Amino acid sequence: MPLPFERPIEELEVKIRDMQAYSAEQEIDLSEEVAALQSRLDRLKKDTFENLTRWQRVQVARAPGRPTGLDYLTNAFDGFQELHGDRTLGDDPAMVTGLAELAGRQVVVVAQQKGRDTKENITRNFGMSHPSGYRKAMRMFDMADKFRLPVVCLIDTPGAYPGLAAEEQGQAWVIAESIRRMSRLQVPAISVVIGEGGSGGALAIGVANRVLILENAIYSVISPESCAAILWRDAGEAERAAEALRLTARDLIEIDVVDRIIEEPLGGAHTSRAEAMANVKRALVEELDGLIGLSTDELIEGRYDRFRALGRFSLAA
Amino acid sequence: MALERLFRRNRPTRKEDDNSPAGLWLKCDSCNAQIYRKDLVANLHVCPECGHHYRMPVDARIAMLADDGTFEQWSGGIQADDPLEFVDTQPYVERMEKNRQKHGRPDAIVTGGAQLGGESVGLVVMDFFFLGGSMGSVVGEEIARAAERSAHEGRSLVAITASGGARMQEGALSLMQMAKTTVALERLATKRLPYVSVLTDPTTGGVTASFATLGDVIFAEPKALISFAGPRVIQQTIKQDLPEGFQRSEFLLQKGMIDDVVERKDLKLRVATVVKALTSGMREPRREAVHAAAV
Repeated sequence: MPLPFERPIEELEVKIRDMQAYSAEQEIDLSEEVAALQSRLDRLKKDTFENLTRWQRVQVARAPGRPTGLDYLTNAFDGFQELHGDRTLGDDPAMVTGLAELAGRQVVVVAQQKGRDTKENITRNFGMSHPSGYRKAMRMFDMADKFRLPVVCLIDTPGAYPGLAAEEQGQAWVIAESIRRMSRLQVPAISVVIGEGGSGGALAIGVANRVLILENAIYSVISPESCAAILWRDAGEAERAAEALRLTARDLIEIDVVDRIIEEPLGGAHTSRAEAMANVKRALVEELDGLIGLSTDELIEGRYDRFRALGRFSLAA
Repeated sequence: MALERLFRRNRPTRKEDDNSPAGLWLKCDSCNAQIYRKDLVANLHVCPECGHHYRMPVDARIAMLADDGTFEQWSGGIQADDPLEFVDTQPYVERMEKNRQKHGRPDAIVTGGAQLGGESVGLVVMDFFFLGGSMGSVVGEEIARAAERSAHEGRSLVAITASGGARMQEGALSLMQMAKTTVALERLATKRLPYVSVLTDPTTGGVTASFATLGDVIFAEPKALISFAGPRVIQQTIKQDLPEGFQRSEFLLQKGMIDDVVERKDLKLRVATVVKALTSGMREPRREAVHAAAV
């Protein structure tokens, strides 16, 4: 299912395929016509994807087929071994953690996991963690410190789950603790927003030395739908809210919330998955190389400086 | 983060705002008793009939906690920008200007140094009446500065929270205040200075999910709403009625999330006692540590 603004692109692709099939079947040379359509398609793709509105990027960030945490862990990393459980409450399938190698270097990985189909989405709770997920992440941070392994976090969640049990088990507490735990990490930490960076539930694994974001990913204090419901009392105003919230990669790098934008292939990560994952891997390797020589103090102070500086204000009138 | 909703549901209690026109009498939201306003104020904004804890104006809160004449204000030197040029039903700059005029302070927080029961503390008091006590860049910065100054001056930190959560008009920057306040609190931790947080009605969203719940000791006032997600959001998610008392202080005490529910009249003594107890260890001459403690 294409996204609404992708329909003209898909129609053109279908037309090209039909023409190619017809040409083969009838043994007629249509290569000129096909080439013309192909160049029209390239232009259309470029026009569409280079001028996405913020709301369209929200849709790309959530698009079915977009690589998820586990896709990266099994493709951009080597030898991923999942480690389960928070040792307290259970095992949260919306948060996947374990050990993996990144270009030959052993790392601890923590990834939020949305489902790749409806069934998995239900298992994964649409990528919305319970407190157990954040406890599991913190267990991984402890392990990373103990064995001096760098941490890579992949952020992709609509938010921490707003449910009864989650509240009872201290959702707010574990998010706060996870933020603090990450800020204390004695090893390099990199977080990448690969899809949706939903509020505190995302930030809980986002207090890294370097915070990267994919070109069409979003990171926001509140979802456009919830924001619209509160400010305009109408979730249908989500498009307006998405514009107002300035939640795209390009917006966020301007206010230093993210440090680097990872390019996506034209048409979005969901249309060229392998290329998108390769881009993420390349960026991660480069960033990790830059952090690996730093001392524990430099890493902790670096994280302190990075987050302490965020905010915009003036002297009071 | 449902600021507007919190406002709407609790509009009657806004009469307690020190800036609103005051009638002589008011009807208690909780027990319906007719209360003489002066009695309510004299009783720390707690209903003399039923003990209902009203939201407390910042100045009254400071007066109640700080030893007489010891409060020295630190906050107030900075005011919000409008990095997103945010406009909803009105522009953020106008909304802020109105709030500044109405409340006579730049943002939803007051910080300062004080003696509290003889203990030197940094005091952080959030103002729910100012745009729902929401945390944007200025609130985050003032908290961070107060934590760092307290650490520098060897003071314990006491925070009184009241907030609808992160301020969405400042977008992702308001989200980042959760991390900023947290890293600043680390300065106290490395110096082994206590941080006591007191959760008052309401404390929700990004404030609950950051500095509010990181206290070495966490107290809450009776029946305060304390949550990550608001009750309405949860109800919409699970499509069931919420249990009685859900997300209230007493419920959280039962679930093991806070250290105690403390009535307002006892609050100063309880906070001072905790601060005194937790700082006493550092005043003793130290033996050599057998193991390096992880802080």
